[in-house]
Amino acid sequence: MSRRVIISGLGPVTGLGLGIEANWQALSQGHSAIAPITAFDPSGFDCRLAAEVKDFKIGNFVPKTYRKATKVMARDIELAVAAADLAARDAKLVTKGTAPPPPESGDGVPLSYPSGRVGANIGASLIACELDELTSALAEARKEDGSFDIHKWGEHGMQQLTPLWLLKYLPNMLACHVTIIHDAQGPSNTITCAEASSGLSLGEAMRVIQRGAADVSFCGGAESKINPMAFLRQQMLGRLSTASNDLPAAAVRPFDQEAAGMVLGEAGGIVILEALDTFTARAAASGARAYAEVVGFGASQTCHPATRNLTPDPQGRAIRLAIQAALREAGVGPEAIDLILPFGSGQPAYDQAEAQALKTIFGGRLAQVPVVSTKPMWGNCGAASGALDVCAGAQALVTQTVPPCLNRSRPLEGLGAGGPARPARLAHVLTYATSLGGQNAAVVLKKV
Amino acid sequence: MGWITPLGLDIESVWQRILRGESGVEPTFRFDASTFPTRFSAQVKGYDWRKYVRDPHLHGQVGDHAAYALGAAAQAWQSSGLEGFAGLDRERMGIYLGGGEGVPDFEHYVAANLGGWNAQTRRIDAAAWAAVAKGCMNVAREVGQEPNMPVTHLALEFGAMGPTHNCLTACAASTQAIGEATEILREGDADVMITGGTHTMIHPLGVTGFNRLTALSTRNDDCQHAARPFDRHRDGFVMGEGAGMIILETLDHARARGANILAEVVGYGSSADAFRITDIPEDGHGARASMQQALADAGLTPADIDYISAHGTGTKENDSTETGAVKSVLGERSRQVPMSSVKSMLGHLIAAAGAVELITCVLAIRDQMLPPTMNLSDPDPACDMDYVPNAARQAPCHVCLSNSFGFGGQNDTIIIKRFA
Repeated sequence: MSRRVIISGLGPVTGLGLGIEANWQALSQGHSAIAPITAFDPSGFDCRLAAEVKDFKIGNFVPKTYRKATKVMARDIELAVAAADLAARDAKLVTKGTAPPPPESGDGVPLSYPSGRVGANIGASLIACELDELTSALAEARKEDGSFDIHKWGEHGMQQLTPLWLLKYLPNMLACHVTIIHDAQGPSNTITCAEASSGLSLGEAMRVIQRGAADVSFCGGAESKINPMAFLRQQMLGRLSTASNDLPAAAVRPFDQEAAGMVLGEAGGIVILEALDTFTARAAASGARAYAEVVGFGASQTCHPATRNLTPDPQGRAIRLAIQAALREAGVGPEAIDLILPFGSGQPAYDQAEAQALKTIFGGRLAQVPVVSTKPMWGNCGAASGALDVCAGAQALVTQTVPPCLNRSRPLEGLGAGGPARPARLAHVLTYATSLGGQNAAVVLKKV
Repeated sequence: MGWITPLGLDIESVWQRILRGESGVEPTFRFDASTFPTRFSAQVKGYDWRKYVRDPHLHGQVGDHAAYALGAAAQAWQSSGLEGFAGLDRERMGIYLGGGEGVPDFEHYVAANLGGWNAQTRRIDAAAWAAVAKGCMNVAREVGQEPNMPVTHLALEFGAMGPTHNCLTACAASTQAIGEATEILREGDADVMITGGTHTMIHPLGVTGFNRLTALSTRNDDCQHAARPFDRHRDGFVMGEGAGMIILETLDHARARGANILAEVVGYGSSADAFRITDIPEDGHGARASMQQALADAGLTPADIDYISAHGTGTKENDSTETGAVKSVLGERSRQVPMSSVKSMLGHLIAAAGAVELITCVLAIRDQMLPPTMNLSDPDPACDMDYVPNAARQAPCHVCLSNSFGFGGQNDTIIIKRFA
């Protein structure tokens, strides 16, 4: 019999705010963080909107002794580190990173777990170089005519880059910094499957705990595509909303007949997963609480040769397979699901495939089940997005509240219309994500 | 199993070249590295992925990491006999790769960056950058750099619809992928997993990054002997590239279809140093924990290990620390257990290294032959194990342990056993 796994801490860092309280308050009031881009001049791009994390200083989220290391953190790493700090504190988890400095005499606060029992499974994506930093070096390696000279680059141009330059951009550095700060020496992984990354990471962390290889895990993901290179890739793929630059809050319209593309966000989404047995042993003394139990996980791969697996097949077959696997493990049928937090990016081809998958599973009942996409609020946050939905789902279970469903005045056939937040009896929440490339992850959460 | 390596493009010929101690290292031809601190690497030669797939049009334009993955996986698929198995349920077939980042479109990327550069403010003007970038960049080439694309192309080629993942824990990635693929099978979430790794960082920014870290050998005047793990005069690793793929199945599934079983995966361990992003802790505690977990998972003791495939990069720091960590796990037994590094011939395939090395372990068990560590003429006193120096060796070999340690401190260990 495998161990039961619960969520004990949530650490969303999004355009809506830092931490679960700020995020939930903004989310449940239907706020949107989508606004004109300020990180760079977007005038040369067709989409000029994003959900940016503002007023964010990484120095506030690392121990004083680790501040120097923040110089080698790309934005994606900063978001992960901050989210992990918030999640650990929310879980009342005492780690090397969250413990108060020890008093001058005597021992400090004891750690919640031996370091070898703490794992990390943090999803990431391709991290874009900071263009100013790289180009100031490239500019030193030009010919007379201004074009690039690779010989000059090899001789002296590359020397302009800081020796640790590469380490800012390795995807595994999200997990590495988090494990160093919190002294997490247990199993550690970095899953890089675009938007499915954090759902797959959460599922894998759950398996690690179930099989007893760790007791607690930092899991989820982080990513920022709010930089010219990553942003352009999404625009070239035609994934972005381009017609609503003047109407930011209305730009993302998941499952609406007028859906016309997605808007990118940036975020860190870290969740603390814990074995129920070890959590119970520490809960009373620490004041920690369980948000929800993770009762089911499923993963699958889209097979859609017409788009080389870059988009879901029109029937959403693989999305359905992931959801069905998660329901099977949870031991419940679709009738037990009270709230669905879908991928719901507002790209018509995705929305239609997801709607087909949901209709196949839920049948005529689908119109009565709230299907609430959070992407009109914090955007599509890539490798962080699945974990953010887990944060929203867990908080929905705790507060017994269906979050607001924005921008759906003319729903796709079979789905209900949008509406404000409302109280409801919620026992099970389903959430899933599908990646650019077709990896799918689904998770079922249960009220504790 | 299958691989695409700097020493060749099929299992048997590469294995024979490894046993002969040949080197895949030569001056870098993939780009003009003639003024770089490191001007050589171990490159894949004469490879065309189109010859390995059902229909190249199915895949369109693929990045180099996906291209290597397709060729290696096609060999593995062919040798597995799964294509002819009528009972194959592709919804129960998954993929777990340790795939690296793709190769940047360096020429156009640099053109956009310099085109957008404002020398006065020393900042990129994003609008000017976008104007150049939109004119020269190619969408397939850009998407092709995503680390999950090898998984996506393998899924297209083989129709896999089960659980699929890509992990990127630097140099540990494909060992971790094989370990987690094993766990997916044990858990019952799939019956068959295509697993392994693929990577190339032999491009201007990749070599720049490792040169700035001073992690690469700069023995430009004698590059065939530059990869010298455990040698006193080692000065860094040699960049390699390629892919290694294996097909794992549950025993029940393999038996039911009468598969030719090559080896059994019996142990997996994973840990983090949680030390520094730049250094390995001197006591090697993370590496030790990973090996101990794998032994415990396999229900084996150090006495059972016949051979160790080392991470053995040839950097000053790694090889002595790794030796210390292995000795602390094996104790007295460390005097008897041979440990070698095929990176001395193939170079370091980064994310793909662990998978290629695990394949050499399967072959070592099959042929009772241990691959050598080449270029080990003057052993470092801090490296005092039996590294099978300079010549392959016939030896009884039933249980092999393979280690991979990633930059940043993620460590993974797999133990395989002769199937009986």
